[in-house]
Amino acid sequence: MDIIVCIKRVPQTAEAEVSIDSTGKSIQKDRLTFDMNESDTYALEEAVLLKEKFEGNITVLSLGYPDTDDTLRIALAKGADNAIRIKAENFENPDAFQTAQILKSVIKTINFDIILTGCIATDDAYSQIGVTLAELLEIPHAALVIKVDANEQRTHVHRELEEGLIEHLDIKLPALLTILTGINEPRYASLIAIRRAAKKEIQQLGKENIELEDLVINSVIEELYVPPVTKQVEILTGSPSETATKLAGIVKEKGLI
Amino acid sequence: MNFALSNDQKMLRDEVRKFAENELAPIAPEIDISGEFPKESIKKLAEMGLLGIVVPEKYGGSEFDFVSLAIAIEEISRACASTGVITAVNNSLTTYPILKFGNEEQKEKYLPDLCSGKKIGAIGITEPNAGSDVAAMETTAVLDEDHYILNGAKRFITNGTEAGIFVVFAYTNKELKHKGITAFIVERDTPGFSLGKHEDLMGIRATGNCELVFEDCKIPKENLLGELGQGFFICMNTLDVSRIDIGAQAVGISQAALDEAVKYSKERVTFGKPICKFGMIQNMLAEMATQIHAARMLVYYAAWCKDAGIKRFSKEAAMAKYYAANISVDVTRKAVQIFGGYGYTKDYPVERFYRDAKILELYEGTSEIQKLVIANELVR
Repeated sequence: MDIIVCIKRVPQTAEAEVSIDSTGKSIQKDRLTFDMNESDTYALEEAVLLKEKFEGNITVLSLGYPDTDDTLRIALAKGADNAIRIKAENFENPDAFQTAQILKSVIKTINFDIILTGCIATDDAYSQIGVTLAELLEIPHAALVIKVDANEQRTHVHRELEEGLIEHLDIKLPALLTILTGINEPRYASLIAIRRAAKKEIQQLGKENIELEDLVINSVIEELYVPPVTKQVEILTGSPSETATKLAGIVKEKGLI
Repeated sequence: MNFALSNDQKMLRDEVRKFAENELAPIAPEIDISGEFPKESIKKLAEMGLLGIVVPEKYGGSEFDFVSLAIAIEEISRACASTGVITAVNNSLTTYPILKFGNEEQKEKYLPDLCSGKKIGAIGITEPNAGSDVAAMETTAVLDEDHYILNGAKRFITNGTEAGIFVVFAYTNKELKHKGITAFIVERDTPGFSLGKHEDLMGIRATGNCELVFEDCKIPKENLLGELGQGFFICMNTLDVSRIDIGAQAVGISQAALDEAVKYSKERVTFGKPICKFGMIQNMLAEMATQIHAARMLVYYAAWCKDAGIKRFSKEAAMAKYYAANISVDVTRKAVQIFGGYGYTKDYPVERFYRDAKILELYEGTSEIQKLVIANELVR
């Protein structure tokens, strides 16, 4: 079974302070650390599990800047066979649709049975690349997948919907699945695998190497901003009886009692 | 000159950091209190190949260099100082002397189990009456046909309660003084070998530190490591390598303390502003960061000396260990100071870092012994 996994290198912002850069259209990235997008790590692990079951080949693909090579190398250390970086420096801030178009132009040159992507990127949170890519490739897809049970021709998948509902789908391959976090337990790369992956070559594709159709621009970022504070928090200080009196006064003043 | 890490060293650092943050850091406070040896963590370390980092692949190791070993020990220690030294002892104090001085049969017999975590390694040098003065050891090994009979006791042995393979030093000829010391590989189930007192330590509390007791312990003759009377040389040669890793452990503990101190200083507000805005706090943070950077460079340099095949790097290893241990106690003390009263409680990890750091000035050669090694190299 030949599998393509689309991955993205994203800034780790869960515990970092995020601020807007001078263009007003992006965030300051110089002090942030970067890593593989979280749900992509689950997509990669799912690919490795499928490869362990059916054998075959895993290609990891990313549209990114040169430092994306570090992320692709870790993917190689975790079980991917080939890695391709499409040079982001050749494209001007592609939106989700353009990104899907670029990925499609590369993927159409590769044999595959399944394409796996993460269900959402933690930086822009578009959740569009996977499903748009499937439409452009004219293959079936399932989004928000939490279980994959595949054979050589078809795959049975579980999708997690709102309110705890689970949808079961039977899909003919080739197909694209966007993977939710928690579907598996992503492995760590062993030191031996790291040593081998460090020596592997990462294929670099520039605009000149890709047969691109006209890129359609559907959206541009106009502005990024931190929402203004609209409600004030007042911390009451003093002894319990003093703060209770103050609180009662406020509640009364606002006409709540 | 090139200060950049190679691709594989960078990947190793990032992946070990992630592993340590996710798998080791969450249980570090718990095992510090219980003193329980982290057996489950050992399995995970083995799966990643962290128990035989410099051992060739043909013996089950990961075949990385000594700089990478130091990086891995730093990252593990940043999350959990106990697991850091457990890993360091398995790598540089057990697998390393067997790899360097063992014969082919010994390497094939012991290294795969030490790398896979099937058996944990430990080393027996220190005795109740012989710490810094290694040659004052009283343990003896007497040849009796095809066995050596070992008698004596070893004290403060990291990994002691859990280890399956021990490298043990004993006198085979007391008259020859330090040239009469020989190294042996002792297996856990050898008749006459038992465990003594389990130490209740101030820091690195989950390291299975205990006493080893040998009472007419019969070791097969083929378990002699290196040559007869080569023990002191093996011991010093091994300590040169392991001191780099203790330096790395010190850098890891110190980095953890700095990370916590920076984070807290941005959150804690006094006199109307975060304490990181105060000069006295900034002074401490700047000193801590500089001390850690200098210590890391000394550790990397000593490890690089080993990788570069420089034969004599005792001074560089002693400098790295002495300085890193010294600043680690200072950096963790400053971290507690920045946290104020909260730093003295178990609500925050900095009190643990402070306790963990103190051992660095004591084991694998006290700071005084490191200075002795450095000075001896200067005036010899």
